[in-house]
Amino acid sequence: MAQTSPAVEVSGVSRTFGRRRAVDGVDFSLDAGDCLALFGPNGAGKTTLLRLIAGLLKPTAGAVHVGGRSLRSDATARAQVGLISHQSMLYRALTPRENVEFAARLYGVPDVHGAATRALERMRIADRADAPVRALSRGLQQRVSIARAIVHEPRVVLLDEPYTGLDAAGGAALTDMLHLLRSSGAALVLVTHNVDEGLAVASRAAVMLAGRVVRTDDCATLDARAYQADYRALVLGGSVPADLSVPA
Amino acid sequence: MSERRPPGLFCAAWLVARKDLAIEYRTRTAFFSALVFAVLALTIFYFTWDESVISPNDRAPGVLWVVLTFSALLGLQRSFGLEEYDRGIDALLVSPIGRESIYLGKALGNLLFLCAIQVIAIPALALFYNLPVGRPLLIVTGIVGLAMIGIVAVGTLFSAMAVNTRLAELLLPMLSLPFFVPVLMNAAQAATKIFAGRPVAEVWPWLKVLIAFDIVFVVACTIAFPFTLEE
Repeated sequence: MAQTSPAVEVSGVSRTFGRRRAVDGVDFSLDAGDCLALFGPNGAGKTTLLRLIAGLLKPTAGAVHVGGRSLRSDATARAQVGLISHQSMLYRALTPRENVEFAARLYGVPDVHGAATRALERMRIADRADAPVRALSRGLQQRVSIARAIVHEPRVVLLDEPYTGLDAAGGAALTDMLHLLRSSGAALVLVTHNVDEGLAVASRAAVMLAGRVVRTDDCATLDARAYQADYRALVLGGSVPADLSVPA
Repeated sequence: MSERRPPGLFCAAWLVARKDLAIEYRTRTAFFSALVFAVLALTIFYFTWDESVISPNDRAPGVLWVVLTFSALLGLQRSFGLEEYDRGIDALLVSPIGRESIYLGKALGNLLFLCAIQVIAIPALALFYNLPVGRPLLIVTGIVGLAMIGIVAVGTLFSAMAVNTRLAELLLPMLSLPFFVPVLMNAAQAATKIFAGRPVAEVWPWLKVLIAFDIVFVVACTIAFPFTLEE
């Protein structure tokens, strides 16, 4: 059956913590194969927005839908999502294979062992699959974490600073994997500080400041160097230049 | 792509429990802490009471419940602690399994952990206090089982609530112990009678209270658990 709803739809989402408004009326939607790179300085609300999309936080206002369904109330919608964070979400006493197989079982993957092997091979960590996670370096742990998040072949992948701790090989494996996911029809939301890394895989780019999306661009028509300069001015200046599109 | 079917409530709970037990089997930190505590407590209580004043049969139930309660707290403390270290709990929450499954899995893991402690602690108690082995000890083991279900049901919920606080180690006993009182009072009364050679029929009213507590708190805590995870 053809999927008519957007892969991810964020409608007027806000979230407050006490008096502080961490995310303020964010709207966007992504279709299958889209990748939104979300840039912004520390405290801009990027991670909070990602946690809202993942269903880990409840919006104060607005709604998030994945494939037309609410993540918070629909297990089938959650089964379509993979989350990669700068925290590994791994169990250090278990091996990479055990961690990935545990995730596969939670998602009801039929061939657990085969799926775990494929995910570990994709992230070029299969040779360390049976060592305890605690014995692995931070970068290798991040690769295992990514393997854990993609073992069920999610249709929507949420990535929070996924390049943190990765060396050149790990970064390349991640970039390859993100391109592969996009080409297979998965929608990605990539939160990062690094504009180059974000633009390398994204189809759209957005900048968040003080909880609001203050600029959105189509990467196909973007001059990366000019964008870098604009972004730097935006973040360091803390104000929105008049020529940039600001959502109402 | 065909939609996969996530595991059901109990199947997912078993996956979570099995994962927790595998971690404990690898590290054995909480198990050895609780076991050392149990054996040391038995030894200390053995030497601090005068046998000519209080008979071992009268002392044993009290010692048993002190050991059970505090070794349970050691296990419960680690239950959600191991999810917090690298935010493993986020991976569970994003997955398609229900939050009730996470609670039931954690509770089952804690129950099996406590059973493993009691497998050693109860024979050690019988040895130290020269208790009658055989039927009375088996019945007391059953009473311990009923008490542990209630303790684990309440303790697992409070462990989830306390883990994110600055005073988690202090908060868990402070929250849990008042709720353990009804369980411990009834279980201790029943065990004392059994050790004194009284028939099971005589302790049945206390056992009914224990069973009712277990049912009410397992159901109530399973329903309440998802709300403890809201930020």
